[in-house]
Amino acid sequence: MRMIKAWMAMAAMVVVAACSSNTNDQQASAATTSVAPGSVGDFRQNVGDRVFFDTDMSTINDEGRQTLNRQAEWLKKYSNYQVTIEGHCDERGTREYNLALGERRANSARQYLIAQGVPAARLKTISYGKERPDPVGSDEAAWARNRRAVSALQ
Amino acid sequence: MKLPRRLTMMGGVALAAGAAMPARAQLTIDMTRPSFEPVPIAIVDFKGDSVGAQMAGVIRNDLQNSGLFRVIPQGSYIQQNVDATSPPQFPSWRQIGAAGLVVGQVVQSGGNIKVDFRLWDVVVGQQATGLSFTSQPSNWRRLAHIIADAIYKRVTGEEGYFDTRVAYVSESGPGNNRTKRIAIMDQDGANNRYITDGRTIALTPRFSPTLQEIVYMAYGENNTPPRVYLQNVDSGRRELLGNFPGMSFAPRFSPDGTKVVMSISADGNSDLYEMDVRGRQLRRLTNTPAIDTSPCYSNDGTQIVFNSDRGGAQQLYVMSSGGGGERRISFGEGRYATPVWSPRGDFIAFTKISSGGFGIGVMRPDGSGERTLASGFLVEGPTWAPNGRVIMFFRGQPSGGGRAGAVTLHQVDITGRFERQVPTPTDASDPAWSPLIPQ
Repeated sequence: MRMIKAWMAMAAMVVVAACSSNTNDQQASAATTSVAPGSVGDFRQNVGDRVFFDTDMSTINDEGRQTLNRQAEWLKKYSNYQVTIEGHCDERGTREYNLALGERRANSARQYLIAQGVPAARLKTISYGKERPDPVGSDEAAWARNRRAVSALQ
Repeated sequence: MKLPRRLTMMGGVALAAGAAMPARAQLTIDMTRPSFEPVPIAIVDFKGDSVGAQMAGVIRNDLQNSGLFRVIPQGSYIQQNVDATSPPQFPSWRQIGAAGLVVGQVVQSGGNIKVDFRLWDVVVGQQATGLSFTSQPSNWRRLAHIIADAIYKRVTGEEGYFDTRVAYVSESGPGNNRTKRIAIMDQDGANNRYITDGRTIALTPRFSPTLQEIVYMAYGENNTPPRVYLQNVDSGRRELLGNFPGMSFAPRFSPDGTKVVMSISADGNSDLYEMDVRGRQLRRLTNTPAIDTSPCYSNDGTQIVFNSDRGGAQQLYVMSSGGGGERRISFGEGRYATPVWSPRGDFIAFTKISSGGFGIGVMRPDGSGERTLASGFLVEGPTWAPNGRVIMFFRGQPSGGGRAGAVTLHQVDITGRFERQVPTPTDASDPAWSPLIPQ
């Protein structure tokens, strides 16, 4: 999986190199791999902007570590970005507890990125608790996707 | 708003009538008994002014919604033109099964309205209570609620809760980007108004004891972290309650209104702090690597109950209001959250999360006597009526097809018998019941 993504990133670079700067939506949707290296789209597609957590947990699992390793490498390469790490929860907790749990998750991801060498000053956190579900849904699959920390680039 | 001025209280004037009938229905009710029949009551449109019929409507609605009264339909009333001051024809009211009869009149007087009402004990054949008020005409709804409170108190022996307001979170818009703004309405859903503009998410409103202010948390512009705000309800003026680098949330007033307890997070960890409202001094109350949040002062202000996952899963703990002496009080299966101390001190209401779903329950402050009052896919956030006998909370339905499930306010009495939905103009969550409005 990771190999494929790296290969796609290279393919994207080739495509982009052949065109002039093309960051508009139409082209991005026409060919999903045609994102400029170092762009927000590149980060989302080829690095992965989110990591997922087990129920009521804020520890980073193996898959999450791989994603955050890629994020750290990318962020060190493209040092112009500031990052706000958003912590989120599924809907099966109370509102206030989930705000605190989301903060914990965001902070876990932040600490991991700092440990990988991303300067702390570039990394902010914010918790949305269960207020901003993505996807909207009330089944196990939706809940698993909602227990997340999303690195949003600025 | 000018508050109603109570002029006189004409309580318990015994008006000799016929001998008491063998009582089938009674004009008293013990709401703590395991089973009882709602008290059948007739409420005649108040005479003298067009607002009289509207006032009677508000009173009927309050009493019927309490679950403790059965309002007899007006169409079945035999005696027409009941005089507001002299005794009614008791036999005709007994014939339709009424235990109580409410009559009243409204008189315009020098720019004010004067309202008299009487509750007749139809069973015994005498006046049970009566009140007289003078106030501005615009206060007619409040006067009706105050009368409903007097009737409730006379029949149940408990203080009423109809002359109150509810702050809540109004929700609208798509499921992944909902608008959440603070609103305040009367307890019966009337006079709804918005306190925040909805540009950023605002949550968890709570009233000060005087109802002049609310505290709540709101996100900043450009998605900066949530902070706690103190806002004057009438002027709209709001101020930040402490400017901390991390998120501050879950604010609650102390019973005397001089302090606010809240959670503040730093480096991902949330602890409890108390802030003096006037001097803004901050005092740390807990210091653990756990999530400590959803605090609530005891009714006498000496203790704070909160939820913490310091033992692994989320449970309820009580400590002294200055911090210290922390002890766990919840020991059932599942996770316990959002504890709220009853205004009369006898129970703590909470949200419980177990494998089967969510529940709203009560337990004594020492953790004994746990009971479930409501359950469902999502029920959350209990808040007490000021008499400590009714709880409001919110229910959420499952989301589906990318659409957010409906969220609605509900109230339930402390026995769990009567649950009803509280009407709101939009989806609604996170209710906070006010104390009785100061008269």
